[in-house]
Amino acid sequence: MKFKSVLLTSAFLLGGFGGVASAAEVTITCGSVGKGQELCKSAVAEWEKNTGNTVKVVSVPSSATEQLALFQQILGSGSDDIDVFQVDVIWPGILGNHLIDLKPYSNGAENDHFQPIIENNTYEGKLVAMPSYTDAGLLYYRKDLLEKHGHSQPETWSDLASIAQDVQDKERAGGNDKMWGFVFQAKAYEGLTCDAIEWVDSFGGGAIVNPEGDITINNPKAAKALDMAASWIGTIAPEGVLNYQEEDARGVFQSGNAVFMRNWPYAWSLAQGADSPVKDKVGVMALPKGGEEGKPTGALGGWQLAVSKYSKNPDAAADLVMWLTRKDEQKRRAIEGSYNPTIVSLYNDPDILAANPFMGELKDTFTNAVARPSRATGANYNKVSNAFYNAAHSVLSGKVSAEASLSKLEKDLKRIKRKGW
Amino acid sequence: MALALSSGEQVGAGGNRSQLTTARIRAAWLFLSPMLIALAVVAAWPLARTFWLGFTDANLSDLSQSQFIGFENFYAVYDGEAYGLLVDPEWWNAVGNTLYFTVVSVALETVFGLVIALVLHANFKGRGLVRTAVLIPWAIPTIVSARMWGWMLHDQFGVINAALMTLGIIDTPIAWTANPDTAMWAVIIVDVWKTTPFMALLILAGLQMLPNDIYEAAKVDGVGPVRVFFRVTLPLLRPAIVVAVVFRALDALRIFDLIYVLTSNSTDTMSMSVYTKQQLIDFQEMGYGSAAATLLFMIVAFMTVITLIAGKLRFDGEGER
Amino acid sequence: MKQLVKNSLFYSLVLVIVFAAVFPFYYAIITSFRSGSELFSTSLLPTSFNWDNYTGIFVEQPFGTNILNSVIVATSVVVISLAIAVTASYALARIPFKGRGLMLMTILSVSMFPQVAILSGMFELIRSLGVYNSLTGLIIPNTVLMLPFTVWVLTTFMREIPKELEEAAIVDGASSFTIIWRVFLPLMWPALVTTGLLTFIGAWNEFLFALTFTLSNEVRTVPVAIALLSGASEFELPWGRIMAASVTVTVPIVVLVLIFQRKIVAGLTAGAVKG
Repeated sequence: MKFKSVLLTSAFLLGGFGGVASAAEVTITCGSVGKGQELCKSAVAEWEKNTGNTVKVVSVPSSATEQLALFQQILGSGSDDIDVFQVDVIWPGILGNHLIDLKPYSNGAENDHFQPIIENNTYEGKLVAMPSYTDAGLLYYRKDLLEKHGHSQPETWSDLASIAQDVQDKERAGGNDKMWGFVFQAKAYEGLTCDAIEWVDSFGGGAIVNPEGDITINNPKAAKALDMAASWIGTIAPEGVLNYQEEDARGVFQSGNAVFMRNWPYAWSLAQGADSPVKDKVGVMALPKGGEEGKPTGALGGWQLAVSKYSKNPDAAADLVMWLTRKDEQKRRAIEGSYNPTIVSLYNDPDILAANPFMGELKDTFTNAVARPSRATGANYNKVSNAFYNAAHSVLSGKVSAEASLSKLEKDLKRIKRKGW
Repeated sequence: MALALSSGEQVGAGGNRSQLTTARIRAAWLFLSPMLIALAVVAAWPLARTFWLGFTDANLSDLSQSQFIGFENFYAVYDGEAYGLLVDPEWWNAVGNTLYFTVVSVALETVFGLVIALVLHANFKGRGLVRTAVLIPWAIPTIVSARMWGWMLHDQFGVINAALMTLGIIDTPIAWTANPDTAMWAVIIVDVWKTTPFMALLILAGLQMLPNDIYEAAKVDGVGPVRVFFRVTLPLLRPAIVVAVVFRALDALRIFDLIYVLTSNSTDTMSMSVYTKQQLIDFQEMGYGSAAATLLFMIVAFMTVITLIAGKLRFDGEGER
Repeated sequence: MKQLVKNSLFYSLVLVIVFAAVFPFYYAIITSFRSGSELFSTSLLPTSFNWDNYTGIFVEQPFGTNILNSVIVATSVVVISLAIAVTASYALARIPFKGRGLMLMTILSVSMFPQVAILSGMFELIRSLGVYNSLTGLIIPNTVLMLPFTVWVLTTFMREIPKELEEAAIVDGASSFTIIWRVFLPLMWPALVTTGLLTFIGAWNEFLFALTFTLSNEVRTVPVAIALLSGASEFELPWGRIMAASVTVTVPIVVLVLIFQRKIVAGLTAGAVKG
């Protein structure tokens, strides 16, 4: 046993030193989040010790949009100030041109990950980013309230609406006049694209643009989905959701004032926090189906690590990326920080399931997850998403009907596509 | 704060005047050079670059590949459909929003600023403290005050809705920043809160310059305070107000941080700067975004000149006062 | 009786003004002492008195360094831009030469471009000067950003100084530089204080450049540091800390204003806001 570990260590050291000629300095962004950064720093420290290289961790703005702006600024000017970037699942198409191909460094490690994510991270045949963790939209619900008023988990969105209405009415009659049925994210920003694409996809209305690059959004199923969502505003959802982001929704739900909430997995550990008024009253499930023929779904999120092509030490940087995305590290992150692994086999890992009981169910959610069309639309994704969330927002705020909005959206998207995606 | 510059100083006497003037003009250029060099080195390049990029199809993903395309970013026809900024409804929406915001917020700031300046001009106990209190909003970084107000205006746990409901003014919470009808007003409220102190300060300075004898005369003639205000104070204050309005309008026309933090990319409140930033950064369209920036610049310059003319302030170095 | 009504009306107006100005700041203060789910409460009275948020920003984040950075940047910007602006505005205000109006307009037009539009050009410039991610890299663009305003205000101040003083000096054969140093500067202190303070606050609050031109926490300024304060998990806003940080950085400015408020108004008055 001892002998084996010594052997392993020395093999590792050799490998580490062999790959990198001399000590290099690598700069990395690990996202802005406290826990994530902490985990990243400890893993990085271990890598430093193993390889003799030094790493500088820089903090970045908390909003993804601002991070992207900063990264584009840095990469656009060919700057070598950051070697390793943590990138959102929708960015490989936008930043791909500035990133190196990681295949020569991966030794086939990418085959263990969820394949849709690997496909997503492939830009012009190059593997430009390695998945670090993944996310998908989930439905949070109040177990206690559903039980109290005799409801079971909703199968479809219309179930959800009627349950939400019923519980909301009864709870308000019971004295809690702040109670709402359902909260989600409907501010005009990327989060609304996620929410709206879930509604549309759950009705079988596609994902705005299909993988071949054809604009598919203007269809009756999509219109039905958006009209349905619009009918929630002011009835089961407060009008304010039109300016809600994730934290606003969580604020309402966690203070006990909502029956259902659409959010990312991060809200789980917070809702279960020591001072949370809804501790142990919360359940998590996949988002409902559109109708009888619809399917459960969830928008695919998540973060990857990528290496800048302007890096002075691409070998060391790529080595660090592989270190941070390897199986053991993903397992550690899953257990200590509830980050969903991207390596398929980890979803059967008993240690992980013991720490995060809901993760077993999530595997299906990831299989059914709908990806935003960032791959098909490439560098134009942000424009497509912007047109889409503005179209959805105008339907939700009751300014236009879904049908009219979608036909205008189709026209706008054609305009964007004028020069090809 | 005068815009027209006095000149034609009667320098020296007769004979050596021109010689002295030449020497002084040489000194003038010497004195101006540090500023001109600083501006040329640091500001000229980014400005010229933005201007130039507006006529290219540059994209942030690969800046080396840009081509000169003339006025296509502004107006171009492909397959019978017109493209470009001048026919982009989003751009005109942003222009409309910005003008609306500028006119309303600057007008409100002027009125409130005037009221506050008049109050601060009066003599009363604790004036120093009140002056400081009034300046607080201005001292808070915009980013922070935008977030602070975003929180206070929140529909569920915002203190403003809670207060209005307790007072019985509204019976359901208002989603200030979400509702298309109130979103722009939310932005205006925050901006007015933040920049009225600046306005008040500039007007107060103007007030303190007004000669006292006019008021004495009015008092003797028995003219009422309201008439004094409209007949004497306001006309005399006009130049001070116009300068303050120009400075504020310059800022208001370029408003960015506040809207970006409060309502981000929502089309209901999108300003010209937010539109430009969206094109430049979010959409990576350096060419198109730079064209928008150039157009924004021209609109701002145009509005400034209009305001100066409307305010009857001459803008020439050479003319006498 | 009439006087009493008038007085009480006046004082209620004062009260309304003070309330409107101070309330959000007061709310920020009480919020900064809250934590956890308490943050979602809308109570107008302090509900708890908890220094955690304050210790958090200073112990877990280099907030002290950030404040120092902001002070260094803002002070340097004030000193440099005033130094440049004093000579320039003397030339613009007191020496008649062709193209003065045009030059003033050009200077003003520098501040007509939206900041976002010159961001990427400025970024390239900063990098090519080799001052990226340093305080110098913040001082340079901020100085240029504030310079037009400083020059404008000082030019108008300078213009109002009676020309007799200057003429006497000219007749005595004093050089232009001596005139500025001996005649104008002593008269201009209030104006310099006002302009300096305005510039200081402008540079202190600047966000976009400070965010884009820095990378490591050790060189970041206060607004950026506040914007980058992160919660324990993604999407989570550390609301209490943001408020604690905002209160911390606003207090010195308030104190500054309190000390200088007499001077600010006096300075503007000396500058003579008239057409």
